[in-house]
Amino acid sequence: MGYLGLVFAGLFHKPSRTALTLLSIVTAFTLFGFLDGIRLVFSRAADNSGTDRLIVTSRLSIIQPLPIAHRNRIAQIPGVAQIAYANWFGGIYQDRRNFFPNIAVTPVEFLAIHPEIVLSDEAREAFLTTRTGALVGSALAQKFRWKIGNRIPLQATIWPQKSGNNTWLFDIVGIMRTRDERNQQYAGEMLFRYDYFDEGRTNSQGTVGWYIVRIEDPALSNEIALAIDRLFANSDSETKTQSEKDFNLAFAKQFGDIGLIVSAIMGAVFFTLLLVTGHTMTQAIRERIPQLAVLKTLGFSDVTLLGVVLGEAFAMMLLGGCLGLGLASIGLPLLSDSFGGQLPPLSVSARSWSLGIPLMLGLGAIVGLPPAWRAMRLRIVDALAGR
Amino acid sequence: MTVDPPLPTAMVVMRGITKAYQRGNQPVEVLHDIDLDIPKGDFVALMGPSGSGKTTLLNLIGGLDKPTSGTVTVAGRRLDQLTSGELAHWRSTSVGFVFQFYNLLPMLSAQKNVELPLLLTPLSGAERRRHASIALELVGLAGRARHRPQELSGGEEQRVAIARALVSDPQLLVCDEPTGDLDRHTADEILSLLQMLNAEFGKSIVMVTHDPRAAEYARHQIHLDKGILVPAPTHGA
Ligand SMILES: Nc1ncnc2c1ncn2[C@@H]1O[C@H](COP(=O)(O)OP(=O)(O)OP(=O)(O)O)[C@@H](O)[C@H]1O
Ligand SMILES: [Mg+2]
Repeated sequence: MGYLGLVFAGLFHKPSRTALTLLSIVTAFTLFGFLDGIRLVFSRAADNSGTDRLIVTSRLSIIQPLPIAHRNRIAQIPGVAQIAYANWFGGIYQDRRNFFPNIAVTPVEFLAIHPEIVLSDEAREAFLTTRTGALVGSALAQKFRWKIGNRIPLQATIWPQKSGNNTWLFDIVGIMRTRDERNQQYAGEMLFRYDYFDEGRTNSQGTVGWYIVRIEDPALSNEIALAIDRLFANSDSETKTQSEKDFNLAFAKQFGDIGLIVSAIMGAVFFTLLLVTGHTMTQAIRERIPQLAVLKTLGFSDVTLLGVVLGEAFAMMLLGGCLGLGLASIGLPLLSDSFGGQLPPLSVSARSWSLGIPLMLGLGAIVGLPPAWRAMRLRIVDALAGR
Repeated sequence: MTVDPPLPTAMVVMRGITKAYQRGNQPVEVLHDIDLDIPKGDFVALMGPSGSGKTTLLNLIGGLDKPTSGTVTVAGRRLDQLTSGELAHWRSTSVGFVFQFYNLLPMLSAQKNVELPLLLTPLSGAERRRHASIALELVGLAGRARHRPQELSGGEEQRVAIARALVSDPQLLVCDEPTGDLDRHTADEILSLLQMLNAEFGKSIVMVTHDPRAAEYARHQIHLDKGILVPAPTHGA
């Protein structure tokens, strides 16, 4: 038995109480793992944004269309390199629960502006030559067992066909992958051609959902955004131009400020955890005053006792915390599976661990220091006499 | 104050010891100007009425507390001059403690309780285990090494405590009413054990006791009354 044995002997002095305390720590850190995983996915969407891309939407609302004529006027602004446009389709594959984003895009420009989308040469070629061609993300293809050459139907929810038919048919011509493992944005999406979409729909022809503008110098993004919006000021179709990052952040904020919500919840959880474990720890040490006095009698120094009691607090937090984060690492992928592609793949990342472990140590210090201090200052003769 | 040089054969030398406790704002003197010599190899019973200061005096001898004034020399070391850290180290090498209520750690086995003081030594884990086994054997508890304190009788617990006091091979044992919580028969066994440690292993022992029968196991008796050493009362107990 070494000092570690002493620490654990102290920790499991009252096993059932320690088990309950551990359970509350495990619960808190499981929750932390889940929420932090979700938070990171949202902040990552912003991280993955291209710095050289601006998003132009209607000033009124993100779902308000813009005239296609804006394109040529935007193109004249100095510093604008390339323009693509896109429209939300909102089609359903077989069942509403199979939701995934499906978007009509201008094929050449969209792919050029988004170099992070990795395609085979054949797929790129086929997309440019097939009017009904569609590109699907790798996760999506895996989920529905789609292969190149499959023809798939989507039920329109916003855009019925001229023919009166609500079913649009698409031919899968390529699978989209991404260069960066962490950027899974396109893995769960489907892209298809704007011309097929625009000619087929019954209304709003000649309009655009949003423009994606590539600029030559990212440092000028504010100026160019202002210039675009100024161009259409006081027109029927005023615009709102943002960097892609701001756009993504704003999009994520539709669901609320995830970071703030997570911080608030975790703040409350950890505060409660502090109260609970702090109280138990203090009580446990109070009961063990005579034992600690015996250790001092035997010659264990004040600092050693400080270390032993602090060690108990750290051991408890680390044990419970790692168990909790471990549980979250198992649970989080299951959660994202159950969302079926609506959320990017969730997992407990290295970032969560590197935030979690200092948190465990910090909580351990806060909980452990007062009783450790008390153990250190303990006067043997008083403690032995029960004073 | 002049201090006599301690005799090479002296285990405990106390000169002019006073001890005062703070009670509220009032200092209360519990020991008054005590001089005491205990030679090496002695077995002394320290007796006296409740509250007379026996535990206080024993704590000074064992280096658990420091006197308000006076000098304490134990095994050649001036304890009154040591810092609390130095005292802690001194205790770990030079003195073993036995208490009335055994004071074993309940979550550790007998073996591990006995090993505990050896954590403070440079001994390896294997050596610590071996020393602890020897000490347990010495007190006749080799067969109980794996038991926890709650699985042992009072007498057995006290034997474990004695093994723990012995394990780092100190020359001095201080015992505060070691049989105070035991029945007469078990008390006799424990006292015989202490007697054996004194006679066969040359351990110096200072034992506080209320019980005149227990005191008879010692070689000498000293009596404390209201904080002063007094001649043995002749009127018996
Ligand atoms: N830390 C302390 N603070 C205040 N008073 C103390 C302290 N320790 C001891 N005393 C007082 O000193 C006196 C002597 O106490 P001590 O414990 O030495 O007596 P004792 O002879 O061992 O008694 P007992 O036989 O009951 O154990 C008592 O009046 C006690 O209340
Ligand atoms: Mg006493």
